Amino acid sequence: MTSPGEQLLPINSNGDVVLVRQQVRAVAIQAGLSLVDQTKVVTAASELARNALVYAGGGQVKIEVVRNGVRSGLRLTFSDDGPGIPDIEQALTDGWTTGGGLGLGLSGSRRLVDEFDLQSAPGEGTLVTVTKWSR
Amino acid sequence: MERVPILKLGDILIVSIQIDLEDQSVLALQEDLADKIVATGARGVIIDITAVEIVDSFIGRMFATIASISRMLDAETVVVGMRPAVAITLVELGLSLGGVRTALNLEKGVALLNHLDGAQIAAARR
Ligand SMILES: Nc1ncnc2c1ncn2[C@@H]1O[C@H](COP(=O)(O)OP(=O)(O)O)[C@@H](O)[C@H]1O
Ligand SMILES: [Mg+2]
Repeated sequence: MTSPGEQLLPINSNGDVVLVRQQVRAVAIQAGLSLVDQTKVVTAASELARNALVYAGGGQVKIEVVRNGVRSGLRLTFSDDGPGIPDIEQALTDGWTTGGGLGLGLSGSRRLVDEFDLQSAPGEGTLVTVTKWSR
Repeated sequence: MERVPILKLGDILIVSIQIDLEDQSVLALQEDLADKIVATGARGVIIDITAVEIVDSFIGRMFATIASISRMLDAETVVVGMRPAVAITLVELGLSLGGVRTALNLEKGVALLNHLDGAQIAAARR
């Protein structure tokens, strides 16, 4: 279910990945993030959206503005029903890739945001939640 | 898919990225550039990313790949116009782009290529 402050975007094509970046940028501005923080969270979103597309054949992202006292932030929840990740520790290691990539998508995204949560198991899909707070 | 145009200015190829790059456009640009370097005998490639708002690992890898391909085809690559927020983000992402030459803007990029070309000619004469 989505409440007024949230939106759900599909990730089923390369074009969708671009749309996710654009929408995350728009909401990051709305949440009051600085230019550098917008750039960081859009970059993380691009990595995570591509992962859902490439490794799971598609998925979706929920984009929402969140509040914590006086601070506002942006929370992104990426979900897919793909094969899941057998070894999360390994997947979060810089340079680890099974897809011929640079292996920086997960580990780099974790550095670019304030909160990072990855839940996955073989056959259970993957759920990645990231939050970036305004300063 | 949108294709990124490649302009020729003397013996330099200029790629000014003005679109939101999707992965297919990135791959197409690598191939188009390799073809164009060979077809024109260009000695330098400038990739202008002044308008690019984010560089993720896929796009960042393209810069390194283009630099390697051009070098093998006897051309040098310079990436120009990186925004400060993009530079900060790239470093935190873990991409230092060690093998990629950069310059602050187009003018400095052209000067760098001319300098590199001059240095090569001087070395060949020695
Ligand atoms: N949504 C996902 N579903 C299944 N596996 C994934 C997913 N996201 C990442 N992975 C696995 O984690 C590895 C590391 O991902 P990442 O850090 O983005 O690097 P890269 O995409 O360059 O391989 C991937 O190669 C893949 O094996
Ligand atoms: Mg990835």
